[in-house]
Amino acid sequence: MSARTVRARLAPYAMIFPGWLWLVIFFVVPLVSMLSVSLMTGSDVDGFTQTWHFHTYVEAWNKYHVQIVRSLIYGLIATGICLVLGYPVAYWIAFRVRQKYKSMILFLLLLPFFVSFIIRTQTWNFILSDNGMVLGLYHALGFHGGHVLNTSTAVIGGLAYNFLPFTILPIYVSLERVHPSLLEASADLYANKTKSFLRVVLPLSIPGIFASVLLTFVPVASDYVNAMILGGTRNTMVGTAIETEYVTNFNPPMASALSFILMAVLLVGVFAYARALGTEEAMEMAATA
Amino acid sequence: MTTTLAAPDGITPETPSSSAVSRPRRRLHGRWILPLWSWLVILWLVAPILVMIVFSFNDGTGRTVSTNWQGFTFRWYEHLFSSSDLTHALVNSITIGLLTTVISVVLGTLMGVAMGRRKFFGIGSVNLLLFANIAAPEVVLGAALLSLFLTMHIPLGYGTILIAHVMFSVAYVVVTVRARMAGQDPALEEAAHDLGAGPVTTFLRVTLPGIMPGITAGGLLAFVMSIDDYIITSFNNGTTQTFPLWVYGASVRNGGGVPPQTYGVGSLIFVIGVLLAVGGAIWNRRKV
Repeated sequence: MSARTVRARLAPYAMIFPGWLWLVIFFVVPLVSMLSVSLMTGSDVDGFTQTWHFHTYVEAWNKYHVQIVRSLIYGLIATGICLVLGYPVAYWIAFRVRQKYKSMILFLLLLPFFVSFIIRTQTWNFILSDNGMVLGLYHALGFHGGHVLNTSTAVIGGLAYNFLPFTILPIYVSLERVHPSLLEASADLYANKTKSFLRVVLPLSIPGIFASVLLTFVPVASDYVNAMILGGTRNTMVGTAIETEYVTNFNPPMASALSFILMAVLLVGVFAYARALGTEEAMEMAATA
Repeated sequence: MTTTLAAPDGITPETPSSSAVSRPRRRLHGRWILPLWSWLVILWLVAPILVMIVFSFNDGTGRTVSTNWQGFTFRWYEHLFSSSDLTHALVNSITIGLLTTVISVVLGTLMGVAMGRRKFFGIGSVNLLLFANIAAPEVVLGAALLSLFLTMHIPLGYGTILIAHVMFSVAYVVVTVRARMAGQDPALEEAAHDLGAGPVTTFLRVTLPGIMPGITAGGLLAFVMSIDDYIITSFNNGTTQTFPLWVYGASVRNGGGVPPQTYGVGSLIFVIGVLLAVGGAIWNRRKV
């Protein structure tokens, strides 16, 4: 092997190295150190020592299983709402909107990203508050009372709102790949519209649905901003618990254990999806969204 | 698969009579339900933006935006930067966003170029690393990074926010650049090489212009994610404020409402962002 081919062989490693190192130091190492922190025992006052005891996980589950289960339930409901609301929109853009208007419609879907996530969520607090415009209208119609803010409805609504574009875009991408001639073929073979949809379009959009669920469910279930701004004190999620344990109670082992419980639940699902889909494709979809 | 199923041109087996009978009826309800549904969803998505913009002009005397319409005013825009905390947080957000973009574009482009074409030993583990980074929940990334900074006794602040932002945005740059790189014909680089260009010249004059759209998209993504991040930043900011953190802090202090300037700054950022995006799209179209 000449010096030149050696250099050509090593070139990709040299190019990958700086970014790889950044991710190893600030992503992999912290996760590993968090794993060891979760196996520490002690208190805020006496300090924490490495004991490799598993009991923090049991304590974390006992203390926060309500939040963990609630996060999964909110995540599933919000993801379900996003799919039901978003699939028809993706279908409409892919098959009905004329080519020259497609990018304009897609741009409209992306408009929320030009406003800060926190402001968007806070604006829903503003709209739904007890003297805000929704309840104001409700009262003007002659009804009394009513309360939206600080309910699970408000949190789930906020979650669905904030993550809906992440649901629509991957489905749209997969529907856009469905060749129109397939629809013609199924029509020629005497399938009606419903049958064409169920037997041709829907199966071909399954990868998109997979990617959508992944891109929506993970951030939704681990989000705590919506719960904080729209949910009050009674609808806290597991993210809230991690933040409270770490920052307010300064109990890093508990926060770390909770993080791993959350990741174990989420990542098992994510990797199962990724296996079915191929990591590369899933990531490209993540990037386009 | 698609090519084998496509009907050859000129052979359209559908008889005109059958389509003429069945089409109008079938389309009648399908024609408006789908667009109506979609437009309602779009309306829902833009509703809070409209509310924000309209109420940024709402007069009032309270410390927060009034939920009732008190009359039209430009007052809040005249005093947009009167709160030094807000201005400071905004400046931090913008400079961190720009630095994040530069660093993650450099690191991510190098990785994306290397990974886009050749398969090399270990590429699978790098892929897994990137995928895990994108898939991991933000709250976990934030908490984990904080534990690293605490154990290494690294003071929290501007620097740690920047480190965190590069950590979560670099993978997105890699993915967009790599996709572009994979779509580029290797023959172009071979041609440059045959014409006597060295590897650096080839990279700068041939590879880089070709993958520029991918770099731009990745860089924009990095900037937007950085300027908008709340969760990871809230773990690693120390006492440094960014715009999203300031807005959240202000809403907590004021029982849910935000100072009127907030909607003004939000609207301004929205308008600038939209103008840049639309301008960029028009400029791109002209070039082609």
